[in-house]
Amino acid sequence: MSAQMLRVTEIEALSPLVKRFRFEHPGGKKLPLFSGGAHVVVEMPDGDLLRRNAYSLISDPQDGSGYEIAVRREDGGRGGSRFMHANVSQGDTLRISTPLNLFALDARARKHVLIAGGIGITPIIAQMRQLLRMQDRFEIHYAARSRSEAAGLRLLPRLPHIHSHISDEGDRMDLGAILDRQPIGTHVYTCGPEGLITAVAQCAARLGWPRGSLHSEVFLAPPPGRTFEVTLAKSGRTVTVGPHQSLLEALEEAEVDIDWSCRGGACGRCETDVVSCHGRIEHNDHWLSEDEHSSQTKIMPCVSRFRGRELIIDR
Amino acid sequence: MTLQFNDETFRDDYSYHNSPDAIRRFPFPFDKDDYMYAVNMEPHGSGRAGSPFENRFDVDEHYVAEMRDREITLKEDPLRCQSLPHMELAGWDLLELIMEAKSEDYPELFSLHRDGDRWHWINRPLGIDHKFTFLDPTTLPYGPMEYITRQAQGDFAVLDQRDGNLWMEAGMVTSQADWSLDFDIGMNFFEWHAPVPLAHEMGIFQRALKFLLAIQQDAPSRRLNWTMTVNPRLDTSPENYHKWGPEKRTLTPENVGEKQYLRVELQTFFRLPRSNGLAFPIRCYLISLQDLVTVPKWGRRLHRVIRDLPDELAEYKGFTVNRPLIVEYLSRFDDGKPTSPGIFPDE
Repeated sequence: MSAQMLRVTEIEALSPLVKRFRFEHPGGKKLPLFSGGAHVVVEMPDGDLLRRNAYSLISDPQDGSGYEIAVRREDGGRGGSRFMHANVSQGDTLRISTPLNLFALDARARKHVLIAGGIGITPIIAQMRQLLRMQDRFEIHYAARSRSEAAGLRLLPRLPHIHSHISDEGDRMDLGAILDRQPIGTHVYTCGPEGLITAVAQCAARLGWPRGSLHSEVFLAPPPGRTFEVTLAKSGRTVTVGPHQSLLEALEEAEVDIDWSCRGGACGRCETDVVSCHGRIEHNDHWLSEDEHSSQTKIMPCVSRFRGRELIIDR
Repeated sequence: MTLQFNDETFRDDYSYHNSPDAIRRFPFPFDKDDYMYAVNMEPHGSGRAGSPFENRFDVDEHYVAEMRDREITLKEDPLRCQSLPHMELAGWDLLELIMEAKSEDYPELFSLHRDGDRWHWINRPLGIDHKFTFLDPTTLPYGPMEYITRQAQGDFAVLDQRDGNLWMEAGMVTSQADWSLDFDIGMNFFEWHAPVPLAHEMGIFQRALKFLLAIQQDAPSRRLNWTMTVNPRLDTSPENYHKWGPEKRTLTPENVGEKQYLRVELQTFFRLPRSNGLAFPIRCYLISLQDLVTVPKWGRRLHRVIRDLPDELAEYKGFTVNRPLIVEYLSRFDDGKPTSPGIFPDE
């Protein structure tokens, strides 16, 4: 995973819970460009812990002068977003990975419909900037609970094809109306809570959309769970994974060499073979196939957990 | 050292030749005395000084002649260069990648000046001095991919990445080892590799695809592939099989060292930033057996590899008919001594 140290040059509150951070190279070097939908992984040295969270880029993909992200403070979360809000100041330097895109626009689309719920607006902001530059046809639907919570409003230009739906003002997003009567060749991209993604998928299926025209990104934080133990086949060592830790983090703490990228069960980089499994793997990823899940021969250490007598992995 | 460009041909009189320097730096593909498929990927971009792995895009003594040969092939068959409509942005990505790399790595040959989207490109070996607007195709004589790949050695496949697969949807292919862009265009990774024997069963393509999907910006990779070609011909395409296929039958014990070439492909993989596509340059290097055996390690090793190669691979690579001749010739340069590990000549 290639990364570089970047300086925090701007911090701005977009809403009570969401802050925008801008990062630039300390020597003024141009950063690699990216494509709309890409994310970076931010490393946060928090005491003895090295936290790593993935955040979608919201800045202009064509602009290498800096990267920008928007972070929602999750008070019930594992602590990464709280760290960003409370401990990161302008002038600090943080290690930021090279962008990677697991939620790219489909260049074949005749039109793009972008649907965002809440903080799911972030990848869609960069996609929008790319579409504006390419002069492609698109529309955006952004749903938020209240105007004060709707951080995305500060990032979206006022254009007739960009719609905000604020539910406590009585404007709920009507997926049927959005997805019906789109021209042939339209692709739809959804980012937000799992419920929104499912609702879009169901509505699109009812209206006869081809599956290949639907794209979505759920950002998974590693879910908490019970403490469990994993045995490493190569060294014979046993690693204990705490309730708020992921197996990937436990492996890193034990200094096991393991590749990773999205840390959210989507990119496949940390895929690990299971040597033996007496118990049940709690698969939480979007990477392995159903067959691979049920056979319990592979695990994604970034998000998946284990319950049972013994799990030996090929590490 | 200033590069001297050869005046040479890759067809008709086949005046192609390698200088002693070009022989020493040839990308010999075998790191041991036998060969089987592997996902033999390594990082690309800053390899051994003087080798074809030193720079992102190697420019060597054959540059000008290769570009002349590409022009002839394209004139006869314009479908060697195709780009589906949605691949234009990837074409600009590729243009930027090549212009940046060449102007940084070979400043005496190429230069690029950028003022926002107004770009000024100078290619001295080909006598090109061009001002254009980035992302505005009306300011270039060809589409962006065709424009830059008429100025870059090797074939180029430009792949779209979507639905967990790679799709060959643009390319410039005039120096290929018997495959056709016109046939493969629109295919995904498994479809265009369907003809390869054994590797599917070995799970090679599943593993390779996962690797390629995860290639990151600024972290290109490479691998070497190889085959055998009679005469130094770049355009060994299925479309022109009638021209080069029969030449396989012209090999004799007297001329095999001179006419039989080892053909090596330096395959590289670059993530494209704006389009999220993947550029797949396939650079072809040719060396006659008589030049190759001037490096004793390579003579010994190539003999052992060709002699012991599984029949399916010789068949797929198309040299079964000449294999006995080649093995007989090379055996004269194999004294049975052990060879050192790695691909480079012994000092």
